[in-house]
Amino acid sequence: MEKNQNNILEEVTTSDYKYGFHTNIEMDLAAVGLSEDTVRFISAKKNEPDWLLEFRLSAYHHWLTLTEPNWAHIHHPAIKYQDIIYYAAPKRKKELTSLDEVDPELLDTFKKLGISLEEQKKLSGVAVDAVIDSVSVKTTFTDTLSKYGVIFCSFSDAVQNHPDLVKQYMGSVVPSNDNFFAALNSAVFSDGSFCYIPKGVRCPVELSTYFRINAANTGQFERTLIVADEGAYVSYMEGCTAPMRDENQLHAAIVEIVAMKDAEVKYSTVQNWYPGNKKGEGGIYNFVTKRGICKGSHSKISWTQVETGSAITWKYPSVVLMGDNSIGEFYSVAVTNNFQQADTGSKMIHLGKNTKSTIISKGISAGQSNNSYRGLVKVIKRAENARNFSQCDSLLLGDKCGAHTYPYIKAENHTSIIEHEATTSKISDDQLFYCKQRGISSESAIGLIVNGYAKEVLMHLPMEFAVEAQKLLAISLEGSVG
Amino acid sequence: MLSIRNLKVSIKGKEILKGINLEVKAGEVHAIMGPNGTGKSTLAYVIAGREGYEVTEGEIIFKGRNILDLSAEERACEGLFLGFQYPVEIPGVSITNFLRTAINEQRKYKGLDPVPAVEFLAKMEEKKQLLELQEKLASRSVNEGFSGGEKKKNEIFQMAMLEPSLAILDETDSGLDIDALRIVATGVNKLRRPDNATIVITHYQRLLEYIIPDVVHVLFDGRIVKSGGKELALLLEEKGYEWIRSES
Amino acid sequence: MDQKRILISGKQKQNLIMEASIVSTIYDLKEYLSGVFADKQQEITRNDTHFVAAKRAKAFELFSKMGFPHAALEKWRGTDLSRALNHEYHALPEAPSPELDIDKIFKCDVPHFETLLVTQLNGWYADRNNLLQVYPNGMIIGSLAAAFSKYPDLVSAHYGNYADDNSEGLTALNTAMSQDGIFIYIPDNVTVEQNIQTVNITDFKQNLFLNTRNLVILGENSHLRLVQCDDSINHDVTFINSVTEVKIGRNSTLDHYKMQNKDDHTTLINSMYFHQDEGSTLSTNAISLNGGLIRNLSHVTMSGSHSSAEVYGLYLMDRYQHVDNQVFINHAAPDCESRELFKGVLDDHASGVFNGHIKVHRDAQRTNAFQTNKNILLSDKASIDTKPFLEIYADDVKCSHGATIGQLDAEALFYIRSRGISEANAKILLMYAFAADVINKISIPELRQRMDDMVKKRLRGELSQCEQCVLNCSTHEHSHVEFNIDLSKI
Repeated sequence: MEKNQNNILEEVTTSDYKYGFHTNIEMDLAAVGLSEDTVRFISAKKNEPDWLLEFRLSAYHHWLTLTEPNWAHIHHPAIKYQDIIYYAAPKRKKELTSLDEVDPELLDTFKKLGISLEEQKKLSGVAVDAVIDSVSVKTTFTDTLSKYGVIFCSFSDAVQNHPDLVKQYMGSVVPSNDNFFAALNSAVFSDGSFCYIPKGVRCPVELSTYFRINAANTGQFERTLIVADEGAYVSYMEGCTAPMRDENQLHAAIVEIVAMKDAEVKYSTVQNWYPGNKKGEGGIYNFVTKRGICKGSHSKISWTQVETGSAITWKYPSVVLMGDNSIGEFYSVAVTNNFQQADTGSKMIHLGKNTKSTIISKGISAGQSNNSYRGLVKVIKRAENARNFSQCDSLLLGDKCGAHTYPYIKAENHTSIIEHEATTSKISDDQLFYCKQRGISSESAIGLIVNGYAKEVLMHLPMEFAVEAQKLLAISLEGSVG
Repeated sequence: MLSIRNLKVSIKGKEILKGINLEVKAGEVHAIMGPNGTGKSTLAYVIAGREGYEVTEGEIIFKGRNILDLSAEERACEGLFLGFQYPVEIPGVSITNFLRTAINEQRKYKGLDPVPAVEFLAKMEEKKQLLELQEKLASRSVNEGFSGGEKKKNEIFQMAMLEPSLAILDETDSGLDIDALRIVATGVNKLRRPDNATIVITHYQRLLEYIIPDVVHVLFDGRIVKSGGKELALLLEEKGYEWIRSES
Repeated sequence: MDQKRILISGKQKQNLIMEASIVSTIYDLKEYLSGVFADKQQEITRNDTHFVAAKRAKAFELFSKMGFPHAALEKWRGTDLSRALNHEYHALPEAPSPELDIDKIFKCDVPHFETLLVTQLNGWYADRNNLLQVYPNGMIIGSLAAAFSKYPDLVSAHYGNYADDNSEGLTALNTAMSQDGIFIYIPDNVTVEQNIQTVNITDFKQNLFLNTRNLVILGENSHLRLVQCDDSINHDVTFINSVTEVKIGRNSTLDHYKMQNKDDHTTLINSMYFHQDEGSTLSTNAISLNGGLIRNLSHVTMSGSHSSAEVYGLYLMDRYQHVDNQVFINHAAPDCESRELFKGVLDDHASGVFNGHIKVHRDAQRTNAFQTNKNILLSDKASIDTKPFLEIYADDVKCSHGATIGQLDAEALFYIRSRGISEANAKILLMYAFAADVINKISIPELRQRMDDMVKKRLRGELSQCEQCVLNCSTHEHSHVEFNIDLSKI
């Protein structure tokens, strides 16, 4: 029995990373290392206004005073920040006006990922802002969106075309001095996405961005800003895959969400960056700061994430519930295998009255990985009738992995109700035998049970994403989950 | 169909089954009765291939083949079905998804292609009606939050879907009210065919009023101490297990 | 002096001064204790063997390095000691005189509660005429300082082996400076019929910083019920830093209770280090009814398989009181089980911290570990900070934790009131029901009854720090406390 399971777990660990390939595209690189000059180079390269250069420089100077945080349950060799190239952009052959003009090699890359722009356009009606390394090369559906007044473009374009909006909201949720990685991003961010939904508009399509880390030794510093004005609604999807690399790559992104009165933002992520090989070599270091603010009353921000990739994941998508009656949600499935390390969870900061938050976290650990949930629920004195419910479950596959739960709960208001539950267990022998008695192999049984276990989270993903997420669960645990 | 010869089984060194002999032919219904703790469920688990039991002697021949070396799933694919006394909950896995996986794995074992979705759904519909199942049951997670009766009905529903050659129903009557008992029994009777067989394990005679057995066995202290026709069950009901105790 | 410095505003200046003064005071106390340690070496080490003296020296080094705990430490995030440390203390109380009649200053007469009473005065074992009593069954009870030289083998096998000097600064300080405490030894195969009750009384004319150290050793197949009480007689500022090491031998059982009813001027740091061998059973229950600042640490290491640990706690705090329960369950062996239940009610400006940490090591397969922390906040100034951690490296485990923060159930409250019971009484009734879960875990019937009464009185606001003893000795009311609620109406 045990032997049998071990065999299966071994098979699980042998599934190779499907998306490990590397596209040869001429790159436009910054000099190696980080200095004030690098920051100025990036800003100049992007033809940025002075205020943005100032923003970058002040973040850079603050970053110099900080040290890497060390409280997470993760271990890695020291990151050599001076060995990283902080800017890489594919060289454009000419101005792009249609898909036909996109570098065929790039399109081919997307095809291998199964997310070709054509297919996306035809089949799913999803507007795709594809980001390769640092510069956005193609935006589609712009016309449709502009009809509704929705702005969805690369961050660089937003800086040029909508400087007032960017200036007003950038750094308002994640200040440039928020933490070590946020400061680093604020100094050197290259590109990302910008989205503005005007008052009363329900964005007619799911917005989606695919990220990809492509150039060797290139750090990726995305920056996303989503603003939903009063009464607006948007569902935003972020999906990531990265090609196989021998050396670790640093990724330190920032996502900021602002929801005004009665607005709702749904942010979904499927993250499948290269997790490193079976020996724990290589893989992406993913240090991300994601935070939303429910600024107006009755606003809602919902994070859903399926995390299967990266050698190290360090991220805590959070919601600051400022407006009265606002709602924050966090749904997460995090799978770790081999030597992956994940320290992830959420923060719900209740500032307004009658604010509600929900945290559902499902961790799955296999191989020799460590999977930690870390979260904070805080209710301040003013936040009358605040409610939180948290459920953090861990599933262990194999006896060499670790599953940890570190919730922090602080309540200063006596009218609030906070409930936290967590369980840790393995798949029970009873469940396995039950499946096997019906003729289902151990391998399929594990897949079935794991998918069932994660269902509560997967059901919060948009349809297009749920399928991909299930596939990713399959790839990360073995070939037959489903 | 099934032939058990001198089967001896221990759990952690303690002998539970002390030499079982049992012949079940196609088309037959056998009932195994006996007081609690005499090894009824152990026998069912050992036939189904659950780990943790040590077979020290004997063999189990199923369709002419000794199945002791087969895994639980292989035995299932060979056509063996166990209706559990306490069906386990599998959260988040819908019955539809569960059964489709099971059927397709069994088909794969036999070298068949997966069942087409339309055909599968039609079969679900048909069997649901057979068992007077509620419409929404199939979309619920396997056994999660089911009442005792629902769990047992679900077991019979799965049996109907998987169409085994030999079904072993372990205390399927326990925890059922009279209506549920009738539905379960009717289901079992409707599924009877000349080419399949059923072993009903039960503590009480009650179920046997609805499912008429060809042979009744009394299991006591790890041995089959008495076998006979359906009248044996009535005799047991009347005299109680104390009678067997004194006889053996 | 540069220009900028002069230009800081008055308020900023005040802040700077305040911060500076706090920092320097902490520094002072540490300096003062360091001074005492250096100057009074002879007095401190008077009863030491080489073994103990070496532990002291090492522990002092560790304390010097770590200093007092502060908010930047993960385990001290919710508990601020700076106010407690901001006093001048006297650190080395003298041993009581042999003429002392402890009965004159302290009496414990809980009805029907038969105990073997072991008293300490200012940390010292009180019976100076008989420092170590050996009982017919082989049990030894007495002064730890006396045991150092009398039972060096027992001491070197256990003393300092379980307490964590490396990461807890106050435990290191205790190892460095404690002069005495209770020593209990239960040999193999002994079931102690009587309840053993230790009472640590503080009675000192100045502010007292007391390091007291206990060592409890259970051999194999033994049983012990131990009740530890902390009481004060005078009401000067007191800082009690108590460390107890407990070894529970193979197949032995310890039933342990900690009763706390201290005044608001008292800081009580109570660190319990339990070490369990194979097949052993521990039940420990900390009941905090009053106290300025209480921090209970229950550090349980299960080093032998098939052991079980039950760790319970109840805290009922109001005014500006602060309570901090730290539980660390270290599952180092397979097939063990641990259960934690902590419940608390916080009123007025009271604040609470719960930090429960379960660690299951790789080899500790088939571990069952369950933890629950429930809190009720009664006022808009009260606060709670709870951190139920799980750290798990074995796969065949069943672990869970739950934490809730809330209020009294409004529906239940309404239901009770609809039966004609006043809102105040309805609240008390619900709070009592909430607390009863923990009280009911007390397995000594007389003690359970007594605590039940104490909790009722506490909830009615009748129990205050002026009742000098946790188990109620100064009041003469021996009848059971009943609610003035007509339960028949429910």
